[in-house]
Amino acid sequence: MNSETRGNLIKQGAIWAFIVVELLFFSIAGEYLSVSDKAFMDFDNMLLLLKQSAPIGIIALGMTIIMINGNIDLSVGATFALSAIVLLDSMTWPFMAGLGDWAIPLAWGLALLTGVVLGAINGLIVWKTGVDAFIVTLGSMLGYRGLVFMYNGEQPTSHLNWTLVDFAEAQFLGLHTATWFLLVAALLLWLLMTKTIHGRNAYAIGNNREAAVNAGIRVGPHFLWNFMLIGFLASLSAVVFYSESGSVNPNDGMLYELWAITAVVLGGTKLTGGYGSIVSTLGGVIAIQLLRKGLGHIGADTETVNLVIGLILIAVLFLDRQLNRKGKEELKI
Amino acid sequence: MAELTKKGIGGFIARHGILVAFVLFMVGFALANPRFIAIENISGVIRSSAIIGVMALGVTFVVIGGNLDLSVGSMMSFSTIVVLDLHDKLGPTLAIPAMFAMTLALGAFIGFLVGYLKLNSLIVTLGMLSAIHGLTLTYSGGKNMDIDDKQGTWFSIFGQGNVAGIPVPILMFALLAVVLTLLLSKTPFGRKVYAVGGNGTAATFSGIPRARVVFMTYMISAFCVATAGLIQASRSLGSQNTVGQGLELEVLAAVILGGASLLGGSGTVFKTVIGVLILGFIQNGLLLMGLAFYAQYVVTWVIIILAVWLDIAAKRGRLWSPIA
Repeated sequence: MNSETRGNLIKQGAIWAFIVVELLFFSIAGEYLSVSDKAFMDFDNMLLLLKQSAPIGIIALGMTIIMINGNIDLSVGATFALSAIVLLDSMTWPFMAGLGDWAIPLAWGLALLTGVVLGAINGLIVWKTGVDAFIVTLGSMLGYRGLVFMYNGEQPTSHLNWTLVDFAEAQFLGLHTATWFLLVAALLLWLLMTKTIHGRNAYAIGNNREAAVNAGIRVGPHFLWNFMLIGFLASLSAVVFYSESGSVNPNDGMLYELWAITAVVLGGTKLTGGYGSIVSTLGGVIAIQLLRKGLGHIGADTETVNLVIGLILIAVLFLDRQLNRKGKEELKI
Repeated sequence: MAELTKKGIGGFIARHGILVAFVLFMVGFALANPRFIAIENISGVIRSSAIIGVMALGVTFVVIGGNLDLSVGSMMSFSTIVVLDLHDKLGPTLAIPAMFAMTLALGAFIGFLVGYLKLNSLIVTLGMLSAIHGLTLTYSGGKNMDIDDKQGTWFSIFGQGNVAGIPVPILMFALLAVVLTLLLSKTPFGRKVYAVGGNGTAATFSGIPRARVVFMTYMISAFCVATAGLIQASRSLGSQNTVGQGLELEVLAAVILGGASLLGGSGTVFKTVIGVLILGFIQNGLLLMGLAFYAQYVVTWVIIILAVWLDIAAKRGRLWSPIA
């Protein structure tokens, strides 16, 4: 085994090792500090953890692909909120009432379409203008959020549909609906990234864009597809979450881009592109959710979570740099 | 450049697009509503832009040095909460320097990570955005912070006072802008910031202490954030923990609008001031025209994209991207 493959193994295993350490730490610390008498590694607790990981997790999967490309998407939180509003509001439109339960798939379709369109706008701008994705999505993060507020002012948009709530709260083979969506999305995207030409191109473009262009890969349309994909996933995340909660505030989804990027970076994906994996991102998502739950379990204030996660993100960046000194950590703009 | 000048009017618009757009906006707004160019309105806009503006001045240094700072919003919340808390505990005279010291310590930490450890500034400041937010909440226990005696303190002068008829926030913004312009354009340090941002490797080889220069840009940014926090705290004399949330993006938008490249090595303090004013006046103009408050976000989005696009298009000499 040469040192490079060993290094890769260490990197891919690191996030799972971190998860094990978290589990052990919170289980042991919980024995002494916990206010509840329930064990941390309770089976139901772990199932709930997976369910709670789903909203950020589904977005983080898409962010992985975007970041493997060497791009970034800061607008996912706003896309999430706007799709949620479309989902809930469309069910109250007059003609939808006549459709009965058929209104549900239609509302889902409209919400998902919203996400795809918003993603396509980002992708088209990146492709056609050549402005860096960081700036494009920084702008649309403001713009899409503006649309969210223009839709219904600062009022929450609410609509509870009990069929939907039942569906979202259902459990199949022990796992919640949201968990299934997360796992199936992860499986499909893993296949996309490891078994298809599109996936191979994604790595090639992130590694060396000019070489990819010279090899005949059409970079622009590739970016467009990926931005549509992350838009779709952001709205899928909203659809899964708001089917259950039934009420969306205009501020919902704020900072989701930050959580998603944190999960992706924890999973070892390179900001510079060309390296990363869907499975490791799943690990990153679970690690963050474990940390949130664990800190709550040992009685730490919820405020501490932000502090700890921020510092862990920086520590990971530092460790990654130490492990992989040859990689250039410059932001490509 | 020679090719571009041949293109005449098109080239001019491409190069100075943001100024042209600004003038068109101002004229349009003024025609639509004469109140727009009333002195009180203009002074009001600049005054309310001062907080974003002061922070943008500091971020300009960071961006010219080739880095990003996404932590200024949550750092500003921190300064505001800390100075309000210490105001009642230590009195305003001690609270202000104590708050500056604490904010500068945060800046030094970021500067150390990005400058000396050479970690990616986007992720570091993203992490610090979250970490400082947590720090603020831990400090305040999640509660809003208020000054006990709001009438009897001279502390309100920074946000609400006037000197010779000019609001103090505007004076502080202007003073800081002048000092930082001199620092950036007239001193060896300023030249080093451009050199480090333009080509870090070349700068290192020519003997410029890259790490120290980057460190200093974050210290300047932290100083500006502390000043913004002071203005904010003094204006409202009470604050939520999230007062600065999201401001980092508006600040960055203003800096980009001013024409600083995120690649580093270009931009000036003056251009950033223009960027800040453009954002402020457009928001105000849209409000006066009766547009919904949140429509300004959408307009800001379009303006940022257009500004950066035209800038890039002028540099590469063609409008559409060469990406296949």
